[in-house]
Amino acid sequence: MIDLVINISLLTFLAITAVAIVRMTNLFAIIMLFGMFSLLTAALFVVMDAVDVAFTEAAVGAGISTVLMITTLALTKDQDEKHPGCHRPWLPLAVVIVTGAALVYGTLDIPAFGDPDAPAQTHVAPYYLEKSIPETGVPNVVTSVLASYRGFDTLGEIVVVFTAGIAVLLLIGGRHSTSKNKKNKREENDA
Amino acid sequence: MMDFVLGHYNYWIAIFLMMVGFYTVISRGNLVKKIIGLNIFQVSVFLLYISISTVQGGAAPIITEGVALYSNPLPHVLILTAIVVGVATTALGLALVVRIKEAYGTIEEDEIHEQDHSL
Repeated sequence: MIDLVINISLLTFLAITAVAIVRMTNLFAIIMLFGMFSLLTAALFVVMDAVDVAFTEAAVGAGISTVLMITTLALTKDQDEKHPGCHRPWLPLAVVIVTGAALVYGTLDIPAFGDPDAPAQTHVAPYYLEKSIPETGVPNVVTSVLASYRGFDTLGEIVVVFTAGIAVLLLIGGRHSTSKNKKNKREENDA
Repeated sequence: MMDFVLGHYNYWIAIFLMMVGFYTVISRGNLVKKIIGLNIFQVSVFLLYISISTVQGGAAPIITEGVALYSNPLPHVLILTAIVVGVATTALGLALVVRIKEAYGTIEEDEIHEQDHSL
């Protein structure tokens, strides 16, 4: 029961934070709120028994993402949104409401939250839970699935991270002390 | 009725967050804010998956003596991968924002379109 209360209040906080992020115009405050949003998500994952996901989200979502965004802010030096109001807010709002209504209609058939007899719980998960210790000797089932049963998936993930790292280096690596950049800055100062 | 609402509250909040992120992406012109909207969208998907993996009264999927009911480990693995891939795409998007700022001097979408005479 207490789990359910914590779950519902954290979800409500999450929704409030998201609305605050959309309504604010100061980018620094938005990024700080986004860090809070990630931390709330991590807490929610702990309540929902996904401890491995929770500490990844706390480290990567709340930590690295926030640092990356603050670095971008420092490089672009744009603190505020210049045109916060949309010219035609009704069109995106209509699109969002129609999509949301269709998705909510889709959830009406989903088994209730925490139902132990839901199809998602009865198919492949029991196999991993039963065979993890005899087949791999690892008590943490998330680790054994990640590194052993679905190791290729993790390899693919590393390829994606590697590609993204190379792309970031190609885009902005070693660019900030070039003479061309300094010339641009001087021109900006003159103008 | 109350049970139905409590049993579907997680999914509805996930959909609400998804729509908030979607709205931010399509209605706001600031590129950093667009990326934050994309991140909110992403987190809503994580939330949906983890909600589906939860079993009432279950423990975290670490095999312990005397515990019979665990939550589903498979969505946890998928979302672990998704979080790391998500931060990689965020880093790439932010690097593009920095390059756009260098090339155009602004990160507002309409000002970029004005310079390109494309809108």
